[in-house]
Amino acid sequence: MNLLSKPGARSFPGAVRMAAVVVVVAIVLAGASMLPESNPLHVSAFVVSLAGKYLAYAMLALSVDLVWGFAGILTLGHAAFFALGGYAMGMYLMREIGARGVYGNPNLPDFMIFLSWKSLPWYWWGTDHFAWAMLLVLVIPAALAGVFGWLAFRSRVSGVYLSIITQALTYALMLGFFQNGLGFGGNNGLTDFKDILGADLHTPTTRAVLLVVTGVMLALALLISRFVVGGRFGNLLVAVRDAESRTRFLGYRPDQVKLLVWVFSAMIAAVGGALYVTQVGIINPGEFAPANSIESVIWVAVGGRGTLAGAVLGAVLVNLGKTLFTAWLPEFWLYGLGLLFLVTTLFLPNGLMGLWRPMKKAAPEEVTPEVSDTQGDEA
Amino acid sequence: MTDDSLLLDVRDVSVTFDGFRAINNLSLALKPGEMRAIVGPNGAGKTTMMDIITGKTRPDTGIVRFKGRDLTKLDEPTIARLGIGRKFQKPTVFEALTVVENLMLSLKGIRSPFSVLMARPTARERERIAHLLKLTRLEKHADRQAGGMSHGQKQWLEIGMLMGQEPDLLLVDEPVAGMTDAETMATADLLREINRTRSVVVVEHDMDFVRALGVTVTVLHEGSVLAEGPLDEVSADPRVIEVYLGR
Amino acid sequence: MRKAGWLSGVMAALVMGAAIVFSPLAHADEFDALASGHFEDMAGAIATLAASGNPQAVPVLHALEEHQLFASSQGGLFIRQGENYVDARTGQPVSATPPDLHPMRLNNRVRKALAGAQAEMELVAPQRDVRLKAATALYGRHDPALLPAIDHALSVEKDSGVRVKLEEARAATILGQAPVEGAQSQRLEAVHTLAGVGGLEARGILASVAAASVEAPDVRKAASEGVSAIDWHLRMWSVFQNAFYGLSYGSVLLLAATGLAITFGVMGVINMAHGEMMMIGAYTTWMVQQGIRATAPMLEPVSILLAIPVAFLVCGTIGVVIERGLIRFLYGRPLETLLATWGLSLILQQAVRSIFGPTNLAVETPLWLSGSFALGGMDITLNRLAIFIFAGLVLGGLMLVLRRTPLGLQMRAVTQNRRMAALMGIRTPRVDALAFGLGAGLAGLAGVAVSQIDNVSPNLGQSYIIDSFMVVVFGGVGNLWGTLAAAMALGMGGKILEPTIGAVSAKIAILVLVILYIQRHPRGMFPVRGRGVES
Repeated sequence: MNLLSKPGARSFPGAVRMAAVVVVVAIVLAGASMLPESNPLHVSAFVVSLAGKYLAYAMLALSVDLVWGFAGILTLGHAAFFALGGYAMGMYLMREIGARGVYGNPNLPDFMIFLSWKSLPWYWWGTDHFAWAMLLVLVIPAALAGVFGWLAFRSRVSGVYLSIITQALTYALMLGFFQNGLGFGGNNGLTDFKDILGADLHTPTTRAVLLVVTGVMLALALLISRFVVGGRFGNLLVAVRDAESRTRFLGYRPDQVKLLVWVFSAMIAAVGGALYVTQVGIINPGEFAPANSIESVIWVAVGGRGTLAGAVLGAVLVNLGKTLFTAWLPEFWLYGLGLLFLVTTLFLPNGLMGLWRPMKKAAPEEVTPEVSDTQGDEA
Repeated sequence: MTDDSLLLDVRDVSVTFDGFRAINNLSLALKPGEMRAIVGPNGAGKTTMMDIITGKTRPDTGIVRFKGRDLTKLDEPTIARLGIGRKFQKPTVFEALTVVENLMLSLKGIRSPFSVLMARPTARERERIAHLLKLTRLEKHADRQAGGMSHGQKQWLEIGMLMGQEPDLLLVDEPVAGMTDAETMATADLLREINRTRSVVVVEHDMDFVRALGVTVTVLHEGSVLAEGPLDEVSADPRVIEVYLGR
Repeated sequence: MRKAGWLSGVMAALVMGAAIVFSPLAHADEFDALASGHFEDMAGAIATLAASGNPQAVPVLHALEEHQLFASSQGGLFIRQGENYVDARTGQPVSATPPDLHPMRLNNRVRKALAGAQAEMELVAPQRDVRLKAATALYGRHDPALLPAIDHALSVEKDSGVRVKLEEARAATILGQAPVEGAQSQRLEAVHTLAGVGGLEARGILASVAAASVEAPDVRKAASEGVSAIDWHLRMWSVFQNAFYGLSYGSVLLLAATGLAITFGVMGVINMAHGEMMMIGAYTTWMVQQGIRATAPMLEPVSILLAIPVAFLVCGTIGVVIERGLIRFLYGRPLETLLATWGLSLILQQAVRSIFGPTNLAVETPLWLSGSFALGGMDITLNRLAIFIFAGLVLGGLMLVLRRTPLGLQMRAVTQNRRMAALMGIRTPRVDALAFGLGAGLAGLAGVAVSQIDNVSPNLGQSYIIDSFMVVVFGGVGNLWGTLAAAMALGMGGKILEPTIGAVSAKIAILVLVILYIQRHPRGMFPVRGRGVES
């Protein structure tokens, strides 16, 4: 479990640079999409929403990296927080439709009328206010992460066990959201959105703005993450990851340390999910599928776990690859994704960032800590 | 029946693992400022005793008092914060961190995750770290990664971290295992130096080392105290000889 | 002695009824009346014949029912037996076919009389099983006209089993009639009898009694109590039924999870491609079946048995290859192993999809595994019962392997303390490979079982894998009893909750319960304890 062992690796200059790159790319793409179509530099709306989607995924990757790369918790259920954030945003967007739905009811979304519900469930109250919905985006996933993490870390559930129950968590949520009775549109989820804060979601300007907002939020998440993992807290995280019981005898409470980063990470994922929904135009229970969570782990692994910039890089590259692959050779994508898992775990334990760093700065090869030191904490 | 003049008071403690009695009615008392050496053959219960004092293992019966407080209901971080530091048999430092980062985490004070998040190094902390580096003779290695250091250096770093905690009582488990003779004697000097301000319990096999410490020795056997007293007296005890040399 | 007694009794009971339905036309005897073709006369003759004790009664009435009774225009009644005829009166064969034969026709009146007469005769027949069958059949008929016959049969019946059935039939028959003055205690008794019988039939009768306003209040009250008692029984049985479904689902989980638990116990890795091993086991079953159908069709009924070793070997071999080619390079990195095996599972799914197509394949269930039988109020389907038994055999075999073979000993040693086992000269790489192969082979066996109750598709593994993980986490590792208890608890828990809160909610509830349980017992129900296991 040795990564990031080089001195100074936790100063993360890459994170700042990546934040700048993300914002610049988002602004450039957004600007280019505003050019007239005749202009050779024009970028289509499709590319803009694709880029927005990638950046939203990058936030999910960043959140996975925070807990896996730094705290050593392999989460197989982080897409749950992403999807919950998405649903919270989706609730607001549904309410924005107002009386323009098929049934023309100013209060109830179409699917509720279809279920012949007479009034809004209490948890939908206030979701027509943007600020309240945005609060839900942050609070609901954070609360779930808090309760789950508190229970899990306090009783020292770790390693593979923890991975499996995170998977069970998102699986249970998926089954739940498929239920019509839960009040989130069942199978179909929430969709047919019209506008956000009064701006039509389908105009190029709104799309361009959303892309820039996503870029800025991702950059912000990168910078805050750098603050979290860069200083003494980052050292403590690494200490907990590599020798949890030792930190206890120093007087730290590893469960609280993990809980803090876990909840913070869930909130980043949730913001990513909320932005994702504005640009993709739909959120349904499929987003909770365990496979999605595991896929987001491989983005991090490809980019380089334990490096903030790597998570972003991995998310964008793998999803770009997926888009191209599924367009050319749809039936081979699963082979490609499967191989990516194998190749990365076998040959690229530090991901692309791990390839790049030694070239830049020929750091001496570090001593590998004995496997057995950490195994006890994990198994 | 507790004696408030004692720093550590272990009384009638027993613990059983799946039917095996690891500790059997063990009692041990330590006065403030005392250094005690604990010896005993493998399986005598030395490490389990440390586990009980530090809260890693809960005793089935008996009490453990530290500065008058019962430890048996407390968890490891709470006990550590009360002022008990522990050094493991195998050097356990944070290998991915540098020496300075290791020491920084050990410094007494900030422990809650939020305050760690907001903490920035203070002048006092820098001073403390400089002092610890000097004490452990690791000044030259300050920015080296702990994982890349030698076994002895890791032992010393861990002792430095223990000092950083500023505990009232140090539990030291086999500190000289795998050290050269010179390192061993230097470690004995270091522990005596530490003992000037703090109480210490040392578990060790190495008799030369125990002799160099020159303190009261407690012999454990099958989870109970077999003998207690100065080394010369204890090593003349026929029961101790039998336990160590076989029957 | 006995025979004479019942004969006279039946006669006494039936003469009055027979006298009323007899037509004014005179016939020489009941055979003549039967041959007359007048439905009224025929019905009367049937009753008389039945009561007469004439040995020809049974064959004649049977022939009438089967349309094998013929009358000659020159008089005489004949039974056709194949090409020949016998005289209905005497039972003697006739040498020549009588001239001008016409079959006896039936109407509903006659049919009813015929059925009643047959029931009466059967109720007092000398053979116990005939009487029992007749009494049981009467329970469902509750024809008031048969009450005297039942009463008579009860007065002479000695066999307690038949008596119980008769009492039940009597109770149903009494309650089927409208209440009459002074029969209250009789009806009350009948209600109690029926409440004791249970079942949907009795519930129907009691419910209508309870709802009838003409009924006496205490009878109605007793009836509605009877209804709720029966309802309670039916619910109990449905719980048992669900428990049976739970057992069979638990058996599948057990088959799926033992392999996972073994690899997790020995090597500390979770094989995310375990579900795909099940899937391959199911596809192997299909291929074995197709192969046998093409080459040796007479072996087809046992192809499922042949598939068992084949699936075990195929999946076990793949498992060993995976361990040697992939897992061993990731030793000591359990989380990376998890990711790598997930990648492998994607590849295997897609490979099977490319080879066999994305659609479901049908593995045929052999005849001897189809169908079901009733056990009390439960319906036991043979294929699910077979899976239950199969899982038990596999578990037993596995215990033998682990306890009695050198490999089992080595595997247990490595599970408990890998380093010590290695120092004792156990070749841990070999144990790892074989343990992983064994785990994969067990998954293959699970696949054979699943092919009997579920669709065989590339996604087969995915639908079982999360539940199997839950079993491993719940039961703890290194202890097959823990796996068994966890598999059955999860299987039964889900199925028992299902009727009350729905299938999906039951699944969610189980997942949440396991997640909460793990918080309290992080190492499952049967943890390995001691100083060595914690960090």
